[in-house]
Amino acid sequence: MSDATTWRAWLLTDAPTSRRHARLASFYKGWLSLRGNTMAMVGLGILVGLLLMALFAPYLAPHDWKAQDLGNRLQPLGSPGHVLGTDSLGRDILSRLIYGSRITLYIVTLVALIAPVAGLLVGTIAGYVGGWADVVLMRITDIFLAFPRLVLALAFVAALGAGIENAVLAISLTAWPPYARMARAETLTIRASDYISAIRLQGAGPIRIITRHIWPLCISSLIVRVTLDMAGIILAAAGLGFLGLGAQPPSPEWGAMISEGRRFILDHWWVATVPGLAIFTVSLAFNLLGDGLRDVLDPKDGGIE
Amino acid sequence: MFDLRTDMALVKVHDLKMHFPIYTGVLRRHTGDVKAVDGVSFDIIEGETLGLVGESGCGKSTCGRAVLRLYDITSGSIVIDGDDISTMSQDDLRRKRPTMQMVFQDPQASLNPRMTVAGIIGEPLDEHTKLTKSEREARIYELMDQVGLNRDFANRYPHEFSGGQRQRIGIARALALNPKFIVCDEPIAALDVSIQAQVVNLLEDLQERLGLTYLFISHDLSMVRHIADRVAVMYLGKIVELASRDDLYSDPLHPYTKALLSAVPEPDPTLHDTAERVILTGDVPSPSNPPKGCNFCTRCPAVMDICHRVDPEFLTVRPGRQVACHHYSETKNTNVDQPVT
Repeated sequence: MSDATTWRAWLLTDAPTSRRHARLASFYKGWLSLRGNTMAMVGLGILVGLLLMALFAPYLAPHDWKAQDLGNRLQPLGSPGHVLGTDSLGRDILSRLIYGSRITLYIVTLVALIAPVAGLLVGTIAGYVGGWADVVLMRITDIFLAFPRLVLALAFVAALGAGIENAVLAISLTAWPPYARMARAETLTIRASDYISAIRLQGAGPIRIITRHIWPLCISSLIVRVTLDMAGIILAAAGLGFLGLGAQPPSPEWGAMISEGRRFILDHWWVATVPGLAIFTVSLAFNLLGDGLRDVLDPKDGGIE
Repeated sequence: MFDLRTDMALVKVHDLKMHFPIYTGVLRRHTGDVKAVDGVSFDIIEGETLGLVGESGCGKSTCGRAVLRLYDITSGSIVIDGDDISTMSQDDLRRKRPTMQMVFQDPQASLNPRMTVAGIIGEPLDEHTKLTKSEREARIYELMDQVGLNRDFANRYPHEFSGGQRQRIGIARALALNPKFIVCDEPIAALDVSIQAQVVNLLEDLQERLGLTYLFISHDLSMVRHIADRVAVMYLGKIVELASRDDLYSDPLHPYTKALLSAVPEPDPTLHDTAERVILTGDVPSPSNPPKGCNFCTRCPAVMDICHRVDPEFLTVRPGRQVACHHYSETKNTNVDQPVT
C-alpha cells in the first residue's frame, strides 16, 4: 500500500529528476486521463483479451483447430463439447476463432508497421522539402487515393498471388496515402513554427530537423489514426479472406470462415455469424480505443493546462 | 555616410532586401513581390543595443530574421563579426551559427512541446559541441542559473511554465553557444506587463555580464527607450530614421517618427492635455505595391511635390543621425530646424 503510494507520488512529481523520469511521468498522466474514459477502457480490455487469447491459443482452444469430424458437422451453438458449434467439416468453431485471432493480429501488426512508416516518410519529406518533391510525392499519393481501397488491394493480390503475406502487402500499399497526407499537413504547420526556426538558427540540418523534431510530433496523431484505421484493416483483411484472396483454407482466418459459412447461412446461421461477431467486436474495440487515445495524445491539447 | 564608429561595428547590414514573390493565376506566373524589407542599412556596434521600431507589418521581424539568414535574402550584404553571411553556403553558415542567435516573440511557440527544458537548452550543445554527459548537464545548469530558472525544473515540459519562465528558457537556449549577437524579436510583446520588466532587466544584465550585442525589435516605444542605445525607425520596409536614443526621443526629425512618438501615452496629466498629437490618416500602403517616390508620401502631414516623385535617400544629416526625408536632403547643410509646421 505505502509502496503503491510512493510510486504514485514519484510518477506525479512536479520536479522530475531525470529525463526518463519526466517521460514516465508524462506517460503516467496520459494513462490516468485515458483511464477516465470508460469506453476506451472497454476497448482496451477487449484488445488485451484478444492479445492474451492469441498468446495462449494452444491452452485455451478445446479442440485442434483443423481436426475434422464429418459425423459431427454443423452442430448448433451450445452443443456438448462445442460451445460455438461446428462448421461444415465438423471443426470446432471456438477453437478456430481462437487460433484465427493470431492471424488477425499478425495482419494488423504488419500493416500497422508498414503503412504509417511509409506514409510518415513520404509525408514529412514532401512537407519539409516542398517544391517539386512535394508536387511529385503528393500526386502519387493522390493517384493511390483515387482508387477504392478494397478494389486496389484486390488488384494487387490478384497480381501478387493469394496468401496472407501478399494480403498484408496489398493492404499496406492501399493504406499509406492517408498517413502521408496527414504527416504532410502536420509537417507544414510544424515547419513554420518558431521552434523550428530556433533549431535552424542553431545550425541543424534538414535530416536532423525531420527525424528529431518533426517525426516525434507527428507520431501521436499517427498513432490515433492507426488505431482508428485498424478496424478498416481488419475488415479489408477479412474481405480479402472472404473473396478467397487472403488467407487460404484451411487457415482459420475470420473472413475465410465467414466465406465458408456463407453456403449454410439460412439453415446454419452461426457458422458465418460467430466469426462475423468476432470481427465486429475487435473492430469496435479498436475504434473505442482510438477515440480515447485521440483525447489523450492530441498534441494541440498539450499546451493547455 | 559611414563615420569612424563603423570600424567597431559587429554587425554591418548594407542595402538588405527581402522580397517575397507573388505567384498568381493558373500558370503561377511571377506577378510581383511583397517588399517586406526594401533596402535597409544599419550598423550595430559591439556591446550596444539597436532598437528597431515600427508599426505592425512594417517588416521589422522579417528584417531581424533576414539578418540571421533564416530567409534566403533577395540582395544586400550582412557582415557579422567579420564574415559576410549574405551569400554563405548552409554548411559555412552552420559553423557561423553560434555567433548569432535569436529570442522569439512567442515563448510558447518557440519551444518544442515534446522536449524537456534540459533537452531544449541542451540541443544547441549537441549540435555544435562534443561535451560529455556530465559536462553537458553542468552547462545546462549554468545556463539555467544565468537566466534565473530553478535547476529543479530541468526535466519539466514547457507547458508547465508561465510565459515569463518560458521566455527565460528561450533566452537560455540562445545563450547556450556563447553568441556575440542576439536578435530579440519582440521578446516581451507576448508577456504580462509585470513580467516584461523582469525579462528586459534580465536581457540588460546578460548584456552587461557577457558583452552581448542586441538588435531589439519592438513596437513598444517606451521599452525601446529604456533598453536601446540607438534606435532605427522602420516604415514599409525601409528605415526612415536612425539616431541615438536621446536625440530621437527629444528631437525626432522624420515626420513619421514625430507621429509615432506623439502616440506614446504621456503619464503626466498636465502635459497630456497640452501635448500636440500628430494623427496620421489613411492606412499603410501595401508592401507589394508601395507608392511612387517616398513610401510615406501618402500619409505624411508635411508632404511636398517632390515626395511623390523621388524616393528620398537615407542621408546623414547630423553626426550620428540618418534620415530619409526630402525636408532634410535639400537643406541638410544649411538649416535643419523644424520644417514641419
